[in-house]
Amino acid sequence: MDIRTTGGPATAEEMAAVDSLLGPADSLWSGGERRPADDHVAYGGRSRRSQRHLLLPVLHAIQDRIGWVSRGALEYACRRLSIPPAEAFGVVSFYARFALHDRGPLALHVCDDVACKCAGADEICARLESTVGPAGGAWHRSACLGLCDVAPAALVERSGAAHEERQLGSITFEEADGILRGGAWPREAARPMPRQRGRMLRRIGEYDPDSLDGYLSVGGFEALARARDVGAEAVIREVTDARLLGRGGAAFPTGRKWESVAKAVARPHYLVCNADESEPGTFKDRVLMESDPFAVVEGMAIAAFATGCDKGFVYIRTEYPLARKRIENAIAQTSARGLLDIDIEVRRGAGVYICGEETALFNSIEGKRGEPRNKPPFPVEVGLFGKPTLPNNVETLVNMLDIVVGGGAAFVSIGTKDSSGTRQFCVSGDVERPGLYEVAMGTPLRALLDMAGSHKLQAVLLGGAAGSFLTPEQVDVPLSFEGTRAIGATLGSGAVIVFGETADMKQVLLRIARFFRDESCGQCVPCRVGTKRQEEILERMLASHGGDSRADVMLLSDIAQAMRDASICGLGQTAASAIASGLTQLKVLNG
Amino acid sequence: MADAVFVGMPKRMVGLSIDGRDVEVVEGSTILDACRRMAIDTPTLCQLDNLTPINVCRVCVVELEGSRVLVPACSRKVEAGMKVRTDSKRVRHSRRLVLELLGSSVDMSLCSPEVRGWMARYGAEPDRFGAVATVAQPVKVDNDLYVRDYSRCILCYKCVEACGVDAQNTFAIGVAGRGFDAHISTEFDVGLPDSACVYCGNCIGVCPTGALMFKSEHDMRAAGTWDESAQNVTETVCPYCGVGCMLELHVQDNTIVKVTSPLDHSVTAGHLCVKGRFGFEFVQRRRGE
Repeated sequence: MDIRTTGGPATAEEMAAVDSLLGPADSLWSGGERRPADDHVAYGGRSRRSQRHLLLPVLHAIQDRIGWVSRGALEYACRRLSIPPAEAFGVVSFYARFALHDRGPLALHVCDDVACKCAGADEICARLESTVGPAGGAWHRSACLGLCDVAPAALVERSGAAHEERQLGSITFEEADGILRGGAWPREAARPMPRQRGRMLRRIGEYDPDSLDGYLSVGGFEALARARDVGAEAVIREVTDARLLGRGGAAFPTGRKWESVAKAVARPHYLVCNADESEPGTFKDRVLMESDPFAVVEGMAIAAFATGCDKGFVYIRTEYPLARKRIENAIAQTSARGLLDIDIEVRRGAGVYICGEETALFNSIEGKRGEPRNKPPFPVEVGLFGKPTLPNNVETLVNMLDIVVGGGAAFVSIGTKDSSGTRQFCVSGDVERPGLYEVAMGTPLRALLDMAGSHKLQAVLLGGAAGSFLTPEQVDVPLSFEGTRAIGATLGSGAVIVFGETADMKQVLLRIARFFRDESCGQCVPCRVGTKRQEEILERMLASHGGDSRADVMLLSDIAQAMRDASICGLGQTAASAIASGLTQLKVLNG
Repeated sequence: MADAVFVGMPKRMVGLSIDGRDVEVVEGSTILDACRRMAIDTPTLCQLDNLTPINVCRVCVVELEGSRVLVPACSRKVEAGMKVRTDSKRVRHSRRLVLELLGSSVDMSLCSPEVRGWMARYGAEPDRFGAVATVAQPVKVDNDLYVRDYSRCILCYKCVEACGVDAQNTFAIGVAGRGFDAHISTEFDVGLPDSACVYCGNCIGVCPTGALMFKSEHDMRAAGTWDESAQNVTETVCPYCGVGCMLELHVQDNTIVKVTSPLDHSVTAGHLCVKGRFGFEFVQRRRGE
């Protein structure tokens, strides 16, 4: 491939950022100095092109060090990895984290998503707008940062040779303003303990999450040892008997997935732990990774053992630096001790919700735009790098420990007939005690709300932006897959966002419409244009107080049906569900 | 006796039912192939026989029994026993909405008459969304050979595929941005002369909306002299190298205004190089000029 770069050289620092990951360039053909031999021998070809999957790590290295990705820097990265610049530009412009113009080293991302909105994020943003200026320079409005239990949340980072970033909770305008004026950063967000713990969360707080010995002292790696004792087939049988449904949101039977991968003939098999938790209002995987990282690694080791995976990836959203650090440490310590028999690599997301969709996630690991693939073929046949792949959510994998040790029969003794086990619920919004609650499947939503302390309830958003609104009359619904399905709702990712009487539901609906418009990958027409039209029409309806909006309601419902029926992936298929339920169940416009 | 020649595994026939009628097609075919065999007119925008199906426009969706959502006919392979409906209420609704959503955001006035036919068939009224955002923008004219008018772009990815592994392997353009802001672009939106473009024009050959156009056609349209009814198409073979690409010369007033090649031609599959596509000026050098 003849790569044409006309943007001028990269700066020494930009080259250093790329080289810090790839090592020095060895010839003119890979972006280095011209050597006499380069006139006669061309290097490259398949071996260099197969490094395509390093594009995102390289872009992160540039962004971390320089604060933005210039044309020179991108073209240098393209020469090093043998990627056409137009394709690489498509990638860098897809991901929200990478800046394409110099906006200075400091970036403050203030979450104004649904849960933080209830906690006053809008006032902070409005005051920043009037004092500092509109978002887009040093500060940015951000979608959910996964810190809903300490809302309003923010993430601050400073690029440079020593890139710094910090997750902030319960942030005030004064703190945000101080950061932007160059002041010291507030301390790292508090990490409240889970409010309600079942068997899955029992280790949290019981050991130092940075210490393998600590994990071993609370029974760590007993499950992996047991799995090796009984053998792969027996493990899969227990998982099947446990009737575990995937905890990422789609609720696919985990046992069936494992069996398919184990039986897949093509090699190698890949294991992908989906830790791109970005559903607004969801933070369970963050808590698990931060407080029980070794259990995540052990769960992956069990999955890899049972399904014959040769290599594992953990794809963690970039907004979770602490979780990333802890998981990296857990992998390093575990493999140094010889407890892991597969290689697990941590990959960092780049600020895009759609990469939580499994096939978009594969494309992202492969160094491409995070566009979902059409299914079939399914990941268990054709997944990451075109090979059989087992994609599992963090919570799903941590469940394996108890299933392997206690057996599938014991696992189904908790929960309901069709929804076994316990479930992590992320309660946020207008409640006295926001946080993580582990309860048995089938627990009524009302019980959860009572535990969290909810008064003067107006609505509950169950399942995040891709879920739907429930009215106060519907809160007796049992929190199980079949229970929620019966009333046309979904458990989704386990997000429970509570709205009190004073919440402005119109603004909440608008925020959800903006979220989907912003997060649509843009690949298929129903979602790309549909989410845009949905936002425009909703804005129009909310602006015209009391006017006749029947035609607009009709339009929204027409768009919703086409998005649900004809979109490629789950994002488009659910992009209208919360808004539709807000209009029909809550009658937001009638109030 | 000569050595045996491996001709591949024999292909089985797969039986399925479409709109209540049974049909058998070769395994590996798509639902679209089966629909075409049954002469069921299926709208397509991002599909082209010489490109890999990418199923992004979703206008070809059909209802498949047992599937929660509609499936794209252009890429879904047939399986034995499938029950497909191509004209159900849900199918008609999605096809209508796709055409409406596109029509409300993109200038589709230069699309083929076929597309206008589908809009009429499905009752698409793009104006019903009211005053909404479009992709309107100025035409990009940065070279003498072709222009890019992205206000006509429906983002079907065909040009990117033709520029990439499906034909040219040049990779001068890609899809950039995300969501409604997604667009076709060179790196950092540089002009084509600064990009990797080799001016093969294969992107023009596959563009279904007139977003990519010969500059000669663009200039004549601007001047109001473009008249397809006054054009003759002359078939010939490219005079440059020995490959033998078939050319279709579109001639108006004794002047070549555009060059294409048939999609089903065994040599070109519709694709040409810069010489065949644009190297015709010497033909038009008249005595005395």
